[in-house]
Amino acid sequence: MTTAEAAAAPDERPDADPVLRVDDLQVSFPSEAGRVHAVRGLSYHVDRGEVLGIVGESGSGKSVSSLAVMGLLPAQARVSGSIRFAGRELIGLSDRELSGIRGRRIAMVFQDPLSALTPVHTVGDQVAEALLVHGGGKLSTKDATARAVELLDLVGIPNAAARARAFPHEFSGGMRQRVVIAIAIANNPDLIIADEPTTALDVTVQAQVLEVLRTAQEVTGAGIAIITHDLGVVAGFADRLMVMYAGRAVETGPVREIYSAPRMPYTLGLLGSIPRVDVAEKQPLVPIEGQPPSLSELPPGCPFAPRCPLAVDACRAAEPPLVPVTGTGGVAHRAACHRSEELAGDRSAEETAVQVFGAELVEPTDLATVPRARRQTVLRVDGLVKHYPLTRGTLLRRRVGTVRAVDGVSFDIVRGETLGLVGESGCGKTTTLMEILSLAKPTAGTISVLGSTVESLGRAEAKRIRRDLQVVFQDPTAALDPRLPVFDIIAEPLRVHGFDRPHIRRRVADLLELVGLRPEFAARYPAEFSGGQRQRIGIARALALEPKLVVLDEPVSALDVSIQAGVINLLDELKAKLSLSYLFVAHDLAVVRHVADRVAVMYLGKIVEIGDAPSVFGAPRHPYTRALLSAVPVPDPVVERRRERIILTGDLPSPADPPSGCRFRTRCFTFAALPEDRRVLCVEREPVLDAAADHAAACHYPRDSTSLQRV
Amino acid sequence: MNRMAADTANTPGGPDAPATATAGAVRLGAAAGATRGRLTLRRFLRNRLAVAGVVVIVLLYVLAFAAPLFSPWDFTSQDPDAYLSPPSARHWFGTTQIGGDVFVQTMRGLQKSLSIGLLAAVVSTGLAAVVGAAAGYFGRWADRALMWLVDLMLVLPGFLILAIMSPWLRERGWFFFMLMLAAFMWMITARIVRGMTLTLREREFVKAARFMGESPWRIIFRHILPNMASLLIVDATINVGSAVLAETGLSYFGFGVQPPDVSLGTLIRDGAPFALTSPWLFLPAGLLLILGVLAVSFVGDGLRDALDPHASHGRFKEKKNA
Ligand code: SF4
Ligand code: SF4
Repeated sequence: MTTAEAAAAPDERPDADPVLRVDDLQVSFPSEAGRVHAVRGLSYHVDRGEVLGIVGESGSGKSVSSLAVMGLLPAQARVSGSIRFAGRELIGLSDRELSGIRGRRIAMVFQDPLSALTPVHTVGDQVAEALLVHGGGKLSTKDATARAVELLDLVGIPNAAARARAFPHEFSGGMRQRVVIAIAIANNPDLIIADEPTTALDVTVQAQVLEVLRTAQEVTGAGIAIITHDLGVVAGFADRLMVMYAGRAVETGPVREIYSAPRMPYTLGLLGSIPRVDVAEKQPLVPIEGQPPSLSELPPGCPFAPRCPLAVDACRAAEPPLVPVTGTGGVAHRAACHRSEELAGDRSAEETAVQVFGAELVEPTDLATVPRARRQTVLRVDGLVKHYPLTRGTLLRRRVGTVRAVDGVSFDIVRGETLGLVGESGCGKTTTLMEILSLAKPTAGTISVLGSTVESLGRAEAKRIRRDLQVVFQDPTAALDPRLPVFDIIAEPLRVHGFDRPHIRRRVADLLELVGLRPEFAARYPAEFSGGQRQRIGIARALALEPKLVVLDEPVSALDVSIQAGVINLLDELKAKLSLSYLFVAHDLAVVRHVADRVAVMYLGKIVEIGDAPSVFGAPRHPYTRALLSAVPVPDPVVERRRERIILTGDLPSPADPPSGCRFRTRCFTFAALPEDRRVLCVEREPVLDAAADHAAACHYPRDSTSLQRV
Repeated sequence: MNRMAADTANTPGGPDAPATATAGAVRLGAAAGATRGRLTLRRFLRNRLAVAGVVVIVLLYVLAFAAPLFSPWDFTSQDPDAYLSPPSARHWFGTTQIGGDVFVQTMRGLQKSLSIGLLAAVVSTGLAAVVGAAAGYFGRWADRALMWLVDLMLVLPGFLILAIMSPWLRERGWFFFMLMLAAFMWMITARIVRGMTLTLREREFVKAARFMGESPWRIIFRHILPNMASLLIVDATINVGSAVLAETGLSYFGFGVQPPDVSLGTLIRDGAPFALTSPWLFLPAGLLLILGVLAVSFVGDGLRDALDPHASHGRFKEKKNA
């Protein structure tokens, strides 16, 4: 490609006709508050064999624009512009014509694989169905079935011939997503649109699914448009990136270029707001204040201006066009910002973000310097066991087994410390949490909060303990009673514990200020707040009684990335200010690395590794921890592509029937590499965890701690 | 940090609490009294129709009890000089076949029917809410026992039982009659409430309240029932009408309100056959009944909207917070 050509048509290679070319796409919906302009003049293209990452927060128009490509928008949507698929205009085609293209030449992988599959047909039949429908009668049923098995094998379903006869509900989430991908590639599509394909999955499974998508792309040679809110996921996977904000592309370009030298403050903020699992020293997180604008009454000028620290008067006057950036970037890198030039430089994106957005680290308190042994123990869990009976039959309940949800978990938390409890879904971390919070006697083991053992508690004592033990839930929408005004919500714990009205009033005002909200908000209902604000209300409620220990159950995973950082910073700040201890349960290891002082990794009801955060993250010893860490995507294409991935095979075994000996052995790569005679130990003896040690792993063959290595 | 420390020092109700409390109220601004009760009231009062409904119900009550005092007649008295006479200055709503004054009778009927209808509705919906929520929230044996009771009540022939009990009821008066009516109206709603409670019980805000140390009954009344307020209010509104009708039906078979006592139902029943020739016999009773039921449904609507923060009616039409 010569420079002259590139300048004339900077966004395309003139020699290749792109699979998909979207030009000036506009989509709007009617709503009560006026027309919502969900997509406002979007242009992009996807080449054959190329992966385009489309990144944006909820409401940025990223999903709507791809639904428009699929022709799946509701009837009241108004669509204009042009969508050309392999040279053919899609806008204006009838639904019949579109469905001929959809599923055959354009395939889609959705976030929720369960709703994409029909529960009443076997997965084999569903893949075969996809082949038959678009096969035009050339394919016999028998051939289709055979091909379906081949496809299932291709996407990594073990024992495909037998599993093809299983129903979707017999598959795990990751396996279902594989089936969906098998269906997607059944007809050799030219374009695969993947809408948040890994969002609902655990990290280890996420890595597997991305791997499968990559294979699928290699096999079919299709172009892929992957839509996500997670900059980490696309860093290693996409070739080009398009960042969307308020219905428009605000920055596009080659992945490396955008990650290393973003030229638009929003991209910069996004990059600065994600904690990184691969960086040892704590870096400040950049919170982007405010929230995305309402798309029904967009003011003139740059839509990011209200949240942009660089905004000047010119920004509010005219919306910046998406133009090639000057400088190092090359022509493919474009940004929509009046001040994009000023962002050029040779600092790293994170440094620039911290500088531009003015983020700071919270100063560690004096408490943090006191050695653990000398601090008060806030929570001690000793050999906690929680078993559920597995029953069958409705009339006569028979006990057919036991679900060992939590099977001997021990840890402690001292004052001013954050313990991160991580693990995949189903590992028992939520059960552990609920056991602690319910203050009831567990199946076995003991829980003691501030020195009092919970099982011996009387009613009054239990109530007293509850003052010191509070919780913040994952989903702020579900955690706040929608029928109560914010005042009542925050006042509730105070009222329960018998504070008088004047005190409650003063305290509610204090708390709202403490979490960065205005006291006047007390009269509003939760529905009037954004997700991040609601989570702040939840935090205010948890802090109302001045607890010593706050249990945080995935407190940021339901929030948009740009909001997450603000909440994490708030939690950090409150911890230092109020000498709180946190029990932080999360599946996002990057967040845990950022906030936790100590980390416990759970697998199938047991803690497999525990220790202070720098050692666990810096030198993981248990094979499972190593696999987990290697699966976490890093928002840096250079690092990401260089990293070695340990892909775990298979799914979590059922907690009703855990493997003998070491529970991890069915998926353990160390075990797989061992000679036969040394494996016996893993099969027969359960490795024990020395919970008292500073850094311990429950493994017979842990990685040598001397071979320190970065993840 | 300082502020927090100051707070800890201030035990609730401590010596300097009032002074700082004022400061809290000042900072909360207009939100100072923003408890659910006040906000609901404020929004309810903003709904004109609902307020009109309340006024109408109150007026009807006042009318029913006060108006007969201004009439020389009594609901049992007969005027031998006027049989079946149309409205006049002497008999404002005319008279019946045996010379009874329709006006006083209607007022007497209004007293009965309003009380029976409103109370039976409140009692039956309240019972349904409490039983259903308790069964759903506590589960286990409480659930089994209460649902057994519900099933039992559903299969019992209510009409028959009322008939059998009617001599006993007659001695006890209309209040017990109302209770019996309500006792046969709550079961289906209780089952629905139980089902909704089962889902609400698992919601995180209920868990949050539990982990706070809130007692189960307070959770039921503060969190669970308000979240099904729409259902309960609609149910109660419908129940007002059905209680009045049920009473009429029972009276028809001679079990409910018995002569010489009257209710709106008995008046309508007795007057309806002469609707074309002597409309004054039932028109006043019929119109008042319609007015009453209509007012109740407006109040119900208003209450529902006021309790539901998502309803567009009566909410602040403010810009969303920044
Ligand atoms: S145009 Fe102005 S407001 Fe918009 S991103 Fe650039 S500097 Fe910020
Ligand atoms: S004990 Fe054996 S199977 Fe278990 S993690 Fe260690 S090496 Fe793997």
